[in-house]
Amino acid sequence: MNNQILTDRANPERWSLTRTLRVIHLDALLLFGLLSLLGVGLMILFSAGNQEVALLTRQLIRMGTAFFGLVVLANIHPDRMRDMAYWVYGAGLVLLIAVLLVGEEGKGAQRWLNLGVVRFQPSELMKIAVPLLLAAYLAERPLPPTLPRLFICFLMVAIPALLIAKQPDLGTALLIASSGLIVIFLSGISWAVIISFILAAASALPVLWYVMHDYQRQRVLTFLNPESDPLGSGYHIIQSKIAIGSGGLFGRGWLEGTQSQLAFLPERSTDFIFSVIAEEFGLMGVGLLLLLYLAIAGRGLYIAGQAQSSFARLLAGSISLTFLVYVFVNVGMVTGLLPVVGVPLPLVSYGGTSMVTLLAGFGILMSIHTHRRMMTS
Amino acid sequence: MSTRFVLKDHVNESRLVNDRLIFAAIFAGILFAVLMARLAILQVIEHEHFDVLSNKNRVDIEPLPPQRGLIYDRNGVVLAENIPTFSLELIPEKVVTLDNTLSELAVLFSLSIEDVAKIEKTIKQQRRFRHVVIRHRLTEQEVAIFSANRHRFPGVDVVGRLIRHYPHGALFAHTVGYVGRINEKDQSLIDEKNYKGTLQIGKTGVEKYYEDLLHGQVGYQQVETNVQGRVVRELNNEASVSGQALFLNLDIQLQRVAAEALGEYNGAIVAMDPKTGGVLAMVSKPDFDPNLFVTGISRKDYSVLRDSIDRPLFDRTLRGHYPPGSTLKPFVALAGLELGIVKKSTKTYCPGWYTLPGKEHRYRCWKSHGHGRVDLKQSLAQSCDVYYYDLANVLGIDRLHQFLDLFSFGRRSGVDVPSESRGLSPSSEWKRSARNQVWYPGETLISGIGQGFNQTTPVQLAYATSMLAMRGINTLPQVARGSRLDAGSELNLTPVKRGDSLPIVSNENWQVVVDSMIEVTSGQRGTAKSVGKGLPFKVAGKTGTAQVFGIKQDEKYDAETLAKKLHDHALFIAFAPAENPEFVVVVVAENGGSGSKTAAPMARKMIDQYFGVIVDE
Repeated sequence: MNNQILTDRANPERWSLTRTLRVIHLDALLLFGLLSLLGVGLMILFSAGNQEVALLTRQLIRMGTAFFGLVVLANIHPDRMRDMAYWVYGAGLVLLIAVLLVGEEGKGAQRWLNLGVVRFQPSELMKIAVPLLLAAYLAERPLPPTLPRLFICFLMVAIPALLIAKQPDLGTALLIASSGLIVIFLSGISWAVIISFILAAASALPVLWYVMHDYQRQRVLTFLNPESDPLGSGYHIIQSKIAIGSGGLFGRGWLEGTQSQLAFLPERSTDFIFSVIAEEFGLMGVGLLLLLYLAIAGRGLYIAGQAQSSFARLLAGSISLTFLVYVFVNVGMVTGLLPVVGVPLPLVSYGGTSMVTLLAGFGILMSIHTHRRMMTS
Repeated sequence: MSTRFVLKDHVNESRLVNDRLIFAAIFAGILFAVLMARLAILQVIEHEHFDVLSNKNRVDIEPLPPQRGLIYDRNGVVLAENIPTFSLELIPEKVVTLDNTLSELAVLFSLSIEDVAKIEKTIKQQRRFRHVVIRHRLTEQEVAIFSANRHRFPGVDVVGRLIRHYPHGALFAHTVGYVGRINEKDQSLIDEKNYKGTLQIGKTGVEKYYEDLLHGQVGYQQVETNVQGRVVRELNNEASVSGQALFLNLDIQLQRVAAEALGEYNGAIVAMDPKTGGVLAMVSKPDFDPNLFVTGISRKDYSVLRDSIDRPLFDRTLRGHYPPGSTLKPFVALAGLELGIVKKSTKTYCPGWYTLPGKEHRYRCWKSHGHGRVDLKQSLAQSCDVYYYDLANVLGIDRLHQFLDLFSFGRRSGVDVPSESRGLSPSSEWKRSARNQVWYPGETLISGIGQGFNQTTPVQLAYATSMLAMRGINTLPQVARGSRLDAGSELNLTPVKRGDSLPIVSNENWQVVVDSMIEVTSGQRGTAKSVGKGLPFKVAGKTGTAQVFGIKQDEKYDAETLAKKLHDHALFIAFAPAENPEFVVVVVAENGGSGSKTAAPMARKMIDQYFGVIVDE
């Protein structure tokens, strides 16, 4: 097999950073975007976390670990990933069931599996495993998929999503479901199927309401009318909107946001960190941040478009678009557009598990891009 | 699945996917435009509005925890009260640097490393806006020390708290129970909003069972805070609603007598009013001081309680499994009468043993040289085992089980104290499903004298006895008598709970059993003839002496303790006056040796106390 790396054809002799990075299978543009985002994240965290250095150190260690994962994945050939798809998914399912049976509880939900040395959230593994499996499965046969195969795809998405929703972790379940549905959408199923699916989902909403936990219903009710419960769950949204709105066009300045610094804003270093950015950097700041997100996802979509197999195309497309879903859900949540479902702002919020999975996803993107075969014409 | 090989059209396929990618990208762009529009509305159009709110946002909302309802006995004696204390508390969300704060506080209040670790663990487990107690029950001096250093500790404050206190200490340890810190498990069960500011929750006993009623409704106060988040001024408030006062059926005097009567024995005494189901006394020995648990028990104290071989934390009244022994005989006798197997006059010859037809194994009567010919009355009065081997053999285990089931043997009584055990009333079906073994006829004999697989709890035995006393009227045992909203209002009585009355074939059969039980306490040869002596009314009773099976191999005692551990359990059940019962009492004295010698006199003490009899020494 000709696994030769793309060479800088214009000037093969000159040293270039891009080329050096290619040797270890990293994509320079994507890397630059991610590093900028992580840098912004640390800066905000410093402000949101009451300027505690220990917090930053912990986050930096996580970033280091996650980056290591990115480099490892970038160096695995996409074909190997495709071969492992079923195994990874199967292992993920077993672990998810294990969590429901023997998992550890934290804050009213069962999400953790204690493996002696480390505590581990199998739902994070599923964030990669579900799109990986679907892409591998769909790419086995010509696209668009036939209806029976489509049905199997839905099962592949629904089973882990329901298991995770049962933990209960509705936010993660929705993200995983959407990462799978995106693969299905990209596979080119007909618009008639898409529209009938949307209609079916809309009619299933009352059922969803019925199976939801009380606290989840409460969140939805509060979302519809936050002022109805200013002391309870509406407090988050009200304070968050005050923080964002008072930021204005240019913000109050770094470390100057009163909402954040005076601790009126709850969970400000995790789920509500976007409100801190909006308060301290204003509309300009968040506009630039959203552009950075779009740029990163845009590079991902470009990689998807340039990919050489349907498998890689579907997987890369899903990873990039799910990344945007993350951002949209989080920002929609803190601005009061969407109910509070507990989704962190990707790569900026404090916390380790989602950081590892997200960067792993970008590792896969880089692998797809850097393992392309030279087109010999 | 078809195995047909389909040629993939790569060009078409990549065009298809790329079209979708472009569509999705455009869609994502639109969604982000919506986000930007939303942000623009908040940050530009409504900016002034939020800016004003933000500047005014020095107003904080603080929860006002409700006062927990007090618990009284039936005479109005306080069993659980709240005493005012100061505690040092921290709100993780408002602390700037947690590590520094904790280490400086540790120096100031000489906290041990273990204390700090415990606080850190609590902080991790709880929501960040919840108060975490650093130290309970501050002395005046400690309050002064903190006040002088207050500026150094934003997010930390001295808070006035009402702390639960049990003035009678161990006397009500199991039944009233205790409160403790709200842990992760509790958090998932409570309405978080209503418990904002509440530190403690009922953990065991009545405190747990009636948590909702005792807790009350949280209130709020709006306060103006300074930059450090300290309260400068109170703006307005919504008062909390105190929890309701709970009045129990328990009588402190009876409770005391029961505890004293048991003396050094481990065991349980339960007394109830069979007419109302009101539980008058409920004592499990050994006991412990519930006050230790209120502000968090120290590891050392806890391990002493937990590791004690006498298991003081274990509530024997509800969870102690004892073979009912001969106290089951009145129920077996009634089964025989009601099912038409024996009559009042039916006699059996007791040579001191019984054998199954065609078998050689001898089932012994407790009286080795036998009771001779005994009728039903004497079989109960003298507790003849052979009579009941024979009766049980004819009844068969399943009919016996069915009858005992009516008296709730093997079921929870449903008393209003949590964690009741079910006991065990065996049947052939039970043995098949639980142990996958067939039932042997010999086991029926043993069941007939309340041994073998039979296990009952003292509360269950009291419940069954009260149904017997009331000739089939089924009144559920209840510890709570009523509740009161506040000092001015009326006592809201808990309604008497009735189950289905027992089916009665003949009232006469019931009377025969009651008469025989009277014979136990007053007959010439009654096994507890001391109990009925000198009382102006008749007492119906039954002794029981239950064999203790085996001893765990890992238990390690000297010969004397070992011998005591192997002594039989002494049981006694009674109700009085026999013809118009007002009082049911059940005594279980572990390793008490003999029901007549140990348990029956304890029951007499309870009867004397209840009926106000003056005892001539």
